[in-house]
Amino acid sequence: MKQYSAWKVFKNGLTGQKDWGRAWRDPEPKQAYDIVIVGGGLHGLATAFYLAKNHGLKNIAVLEKGWIGGGNAGRNTTIVRSNYMMPGNRQFYEHSLQLWEELSHELNYNVMFSQRAHVALFHSPGARDAYARRYNTMRLTGSDGELWGLEQLKNEIPHLNYNDARFPITGAAVQRRAGTARHDAVAWGYARAADQLGVDIIQNCEVTAVRRDGGRVHALQTSRGEIKAGKVGFAVAGNTTRLWQMADLGNLPIESHKLQAFVSEPLKPLLDHVVVFGVGGAHFYISQSDKGGMVFGGDLDWYKSYAQRGNLPIVQDTCEAAMSILPCLGRVRLLRHWSGVMDMTMDGSPFICKTPLKNLYLNAGWNYGGFKASPASGWYFADLIANDRPHEFIEHFSLDRFTRGVIIDERGAGPDPKLHG
Amino acid sequence: MTARRLSTGGLIDRTQAVDFSWDGNPLQGFAGDSLAAALLANNQRIVARSFKYHRPRGIMSCGVEESGALVTVGDGDRRDPNVKATTQELYQGLVASGQNAFPNVRFDVGAVNNLFGRFLPAGFYYKTFMGLPPFESGSGTGYWMWCENIIRKAAGMGSASRAPDPDHYEHGHLFCEVLVVGAGPAGISAAIAAAELGLDVLLVEQDALLGGDLLGQSDAQASRDELLKALAASGVRVMNRTTAFGLYDHGAAGLVERVTDHITQPDPNLPRQRFWTVRAQQTIVASGALERHIAFDNNDRPGIMTAAAGRHYLNRYAVLPGQQIVIAGNNDSTQIVAMDMAAAGAEVTLLDARADIGDSTALKDAGVQIRTGTAPLSARGKTLNSIQLARGLPGAWQADEKLDCDALLISGGWSPVVNLISHRGARPQWNADNACFVVPEEFDGVRLAGSAAGVWQTQACEQSGRHAAMQAAKALGKTVSEAPGVSIGGWQTPIEPLYEINTEGRKSKAFVDLQHDVSSDDVRLAYREGYVSVEHLKRYTTLGMATDGGKMGNVIGLALMAEALGKDIPAVGTTTFRPPYTPVAIGALAGRSVSEHFRPLRRTPLHDWNLTQGATMTMAGLWHRPWYFARPGETINEAYIREAATTRSSVGLCDVTSLGKIAVQGPDATEFLNRIYTNPFAKLPIGKARYGIMLRDDGIVMDDGTTWRLSETDYFMTTTTVNAAKVLTWLEELLQTRWPELRVHVTSVSEQWAGCAIAGPKSREVLSACVHQTRAVSNEALPFMGVIETALQGGIPCRIARISFSGEMAFEAYVPSDYGPAMMDLLYPQAALHEGCLYGLEALGTMRIEKGHVTGAELDGRVSIDDAGLGKMASPNKAFIGSVLRQRPELMRSDRPQLVGIFPKDRNATFNVGALLCAADEISGMGEGWITGATHSPELGHWIGLGFIKGGVDAWQSKIAVAADPLRDQQTEVEIVSPHMVDPSGERMHG
Amino acid sequence: MIRIDCPFCGLRDHSEFSYGGDASINYPPLDAPAEQWHDAVFLRENIRGRQLETWQHTSGCRMWLNVERDTVSHEIFAVWPAHRGYGRVLHAEKENTE
Repeated sequence: MKQYSAWKVFKNGLTGQKDWGRAWRDPEPKQAYDIVIVGGGLHGLATAFYLAKNHGLKNIAVLEKGWIGGGNAGRNTTIVRSNYMMPGNRQFYEHSLQLWEELSHELNYNVMFSQRAHVALFHSPGARDAYARRYNTMRLTGSDGELWGLEQLKNEIPHLNYNDARFPITGAAVQRRAGTARHDAVAWGYARAADQLGVDIIQNCEVTAVRRDGGRVHALQTSRGEIKAGKVGFAVAGNTTRLWQMADLGNLPIESHKLQAFVSEPLKPLLDHVVVFGVGGAHFYISQSDKGGMVFGGDLDWYKSYAQRGNLPIVQDTCEAAMSILPCLGRVRLLRHWSGVMDMTMDGSPFICKTPLKNLYLNAGWNYGGFKASPASGWYFADLIANDRPHEFIEHFSLDRFTRGVIIDERGAGPDPKLHG
Repeated sequence: MTARRLSTGGLIDRTQAVDFSWDGNPLQGFAGDSLAAALLANNQRIVARSFKYHRPRGIMSCGVEESGALVTVGDGDRRDPNVKATTQELYQGLVASGQNAFPNVRFDVGAVNNLFGRFLPAGFYYKTFMGLPPFESGSGTGYWMWCENIIRKAAGMGSASRAPDPDHYEHGHLFCEVLVVGAGPAGISAAIAAAELGLDVLLVEQDALLGGDLLGQSDAQASRDELLKALAASGVRVMNRTTAFGLYDHGAAGLVERVTDHITQPDPNLPRQRFWTVRAQQTIVASGALERHIAFDNNDRPGIMTAAAGRHYLNRYAVLPGQQIVIAGNNDSTQIVAMDMAAAGAEVTLLDARADIGDSTALKDAGVQIRTGTAPLSARGKTLNSIQLARGLPGAWQADEKLDCDALLISGGWSPVVNLISHRGARPQWNADNACFVVPEEFDGVRLAGSAAGVWQTQACEQSGRHAAMQAAKALGKTVSEAPGVSIGGWQTPIEPLYEINTEGRKSKAFVDLQHDVSSDDVRLAYREGYVSVEHLKRYTTLGMATDGGKMGNVIGLALMAEALGKDIPAVGTTTFRPPYTPVAIGALAGRSVSEHFRPLRRTPLHDWNLTQGATMTMAGLWHRPWYFARPGETINEAYIREAATTRSSVGLCDVTSLGKIAVQGPDATEFLNRIYTNPFAKLPIGKARYGIMLRDDGIVMDDGTTWRLSETDYFMTTTTVNAAKVLTWLEELLQTRWPELRVHVTSVSEQWAGCAIAGPKSREVLSACVHQTRAVSNEALPFMGVIETALQGGIPCRIARISFSGEMAFEAYVPSDYGPAMMDLLYPQAALHEGCLYGLEALGTMRIEKGHVTGAELDGRVSIDDAGLGKMASPNKAFIGSVLRQRPELMRSDRPQLVGIFPKDRNATFNVGALLCAADEISGMGEGWITGATHSPELGHWIGLGFIKGGVDAWQSKIAVAADPLRDQQTEVEIVSPHMVDPSGERMHG
Repeated sequence: MIRIDCPFCGLRDHSEFSYGGDASINYPPLDAPAEQWHDAVFLRENIRGRQLETWQHTSGCRMWLNVERDTVSHEIFAVWPAHRGYGRVLHAEKENTE
């Protein structure tokens, strides 16, 4: 196993970078695996890693129809935070944040998790009070959180719009341990670490049919042949419904929507924090990448879509929101905008659960939250697959919660997937 | 002796000298110059530093593909970083400076990075900076963040101002039958042809001048003039300085028009830029082709640029890029460049990688030295002074002699600009004969023309444009004669694919993506490490992610990866092009909807009236509503306590106009209301109002409000301020999609009525003094929950309901909006007679908390009707929206958090909204509940609150809870009481 | 930008409209068993391709429309009023004017 380190980087500098091998192997798929994870995104790769690491399991494959990290792993604004308050969500996202804090060391791959603080602006006493409940819940469950008054906020971020904003900023709820990470590195880091533990990562391998044997999955038909599986986990985000229906399992509480992301030209440091706000029907978040680009986003495009293309009205809305909060951005130029397909659920919370098929497990429904969730998602999904029972923290992440009436709706938006952005 | 301005030729205006400043030095150019042309004319070779290694960079191109000459234009609040000098028009007084360098671009201490370049290959940062070197020891993110801080300062390119952008921007909308993008030979020909077919045509060009490639040709003046004349006569709408930056669904295009970026002192009334949304029925993309670079050692040295750029500088700007010019390429397009350079007096050597370049008589006659089977192996000098040559064939080069030169013009082939059509989802295909990606077919109303379609010769481009116009016209249903299409290509001698030049085993710093310092070795490193898919290559090396979008280098990167893999380029694939084609100012995209205009501001008809009475306003959704009416010297706390106390003891008036108001009308209105509200409405008499709660489909509370029955078929519904639009939409959805059989119409009348709440024991006296007929509001005529339609004095039409949010005897009176201030002028003097007051949202909140009335703070979209203590309002005798799913088992549990009142155990203590309610022995974890409202109660004389706690009052009767508020370092012991803290039996409002 | 041909107002940008949801759902009677309500409220076919959906012309005539649209290409195949009665009236009106 080749450890990455400053020493190795130095040594390779002297030897012309010849000593680096593949970050992960490119194996031919075997005919059968004990566990097959469908989906080589962050969640699938993390699951494979924790199955091998935490549960000592071998003979695991991750099947990816394209190239790993090619879905929403590469289409997000890289924000990591744990400011969730609903039972289950709270513990889950907090655990995720803890995993993030050690992830570079755990994977021996620098995922560049930068705890630059997540600053959620508020504009009214009512909004402050709603944040207070959330952040008090965080504090009492061992996380960090604080309220900044206007003066402190001005000291920390002097160039927000304190002058002529339509909704004057009155303060912020802050989680200092939150921040951003390098999204591609997370995919590659998990892939490399899982590979080193013997996981086969098989790219360009699309599942085309799910072969059932009564109440079990018998095998997966793929573009690279049939692969038998002892247990199967789906972790395919926006494509979940398609696989689900391939397994003849009917409908899910999921709708695929598209979310655009935006990046500007690179600039010298302009913003040190993650800044977000939601007011007046707008929703906006922004940070600056290490390369210098302003990375930002807003709402969904509002209509259901499987297209990875955005449309102009949301470009305009998002830029308005950007300018409303950081009026110096007017001359900064947008470099790229693109869009990802989000698996939006009926309450904005995810699924990590068993399914009607005995050896099939589901990981889906990440709405806007997928990136920050990936370590814990992999951790608990691996735990579920290995032990065939949900950990208590994720017992609500089940498909039957709507039948039972469990409310873990962070936004209180109700059963309309597009409202859970 | 290097680059210089010629005394004749070009499209510049030598009668207009233009002074500008470069890095603090005064320089001069001419009107018609680009900044890059003027810098070149002044022989400024090093104008920038690269992203990572801080290598000196010069001008590499003459257009949007520029990856070298990135500069900062302007200063102060108008500082504009990362401007491509090649696209910036020169103007009198322009201030430009180098960036990403200290102290300046000519001498930059950051260049030390270049010495360590061997330790900083692609992706090195993924392998280190995790923990203390050399073995990454430690845990957590601290070490990384320490390193990151340094990295961030080194990264970025230009520096943006932190002050608000002083300029403004506009949005516009355009419609056309045919949008033509690009005014080169193909685009102009297409536009004219389409217009001649009677089509409404819009032609947009990013450049200030029309003509495209014609602008760079030495002998094209006459044909350009002719085309422009025909264009002017054709009726085509033409927009120059306008970039079509993206194509979107259904024929939409985004344009950005640069209105003042080329003007010294623009009219302040002009926007800096305009963002246009075009809806085109057909689109012809004639966006041209861009010349590619070639990877070889030090191929980034100032003095190296594309061949076509050299020609443009010569013919358009009369700047000869050097005196000893070497032109190197692999295709026919370099020959005319060599001829032009030689004709301008330069000493020209043409290197061609091909063994055979066809008939070279003309070249020889022009004095051009020709070396076939030759290519540059390595460039020398901080700014170029010589090159080492390589001879042989691609793949088997041998080092050859050295050649002195001060300019090296490169052509590695041409890449059609297929970005725009790719935005729509068209997949470019590799054309091996021409060594480029093309999109040959029309894609959903978008078609390519000219060199964007891979057509190389000017006349063929014009024909290609006309052909595209015919096809577009045909698609629009016009009868057109068939114009012959033009096939891709047009070289006399085939291009020889050439992406990298090196000899076996030779160390080389050959750049593929110059702006991001991605070298050919980086591409091979990515290959060795398994980052072989195009997207992995791109992300791992950052190839093509810079501000030029990889316009010059992407194909080289693909080719090198293909070579490493032993595959063809098509097998590697291509990256997806994302909008915008060139970067667009965020300000332009935002337009006018910024600062206070970010969202509309809603003011009630009483807004000005309230202000004259000393109201301090607060936000409620998009509304401004009175928060409190402070008397001189009063604090907000003193004011709201006085307002609430006065209202309870005498009378208070409150603007309630912002409540949503919906007219529900029709023969089936009663049935409709009975289905959407949880409580029965079937028997609500005319002249009565009823408080109602509506649930969502999933059984959670959606909104509440009163509905007044005005006649058999006419109801007046009020909603909360925040949910007004949502409820209207919901009612419309139900009526139009689920219950089309119901004969009901709903109309928003929120804007039509101004409303005032008159609350307090003296409220009837105040109101009766104001109505046309005093007895209309008597207890008999207007009992609790009664409704009347009457008139105020002076004949102001008015509808009044006796309903109460404050818990006092109270009325809500609504008059047509324009009468709002007149109503207040009647009511307020009467209230004053009783020493009554105006009250705002803060006092309203106090009184509703005292009464345990819920608002949006409680009804947060997760609360059931039972949680809110209103379970008795859910009728067991009828079905209504949400009646089934509200009874799901988890929602029926008795230990759910329920609405309660909260008193501090020590009555002098306080607590904050947002505190968690915890059991006294466990102040940690998720808590038992939370606080949604808190106020000083003038009535009770101490602090009180509303909130939710598991099991409700019953579970906490003899237990102390703690309001835990670690955010604000506060912890208060509290008693849990009934939410109805004042007048629980409701005597006052019934009285 | 998606453009929707509102049968009442003509061809307009989608930003004038609000997306509703899946138009193929048949909401059960108000007193139907919980299972039927669960399926209607929470489960979605989530079609990749041609689907039937509702939009409301919020900043226009406020009519709810049924739209047949491809969720990948965004191509729209048909638009008609969600309310059958309005549809019939509109149809009759158009015939009268023609």
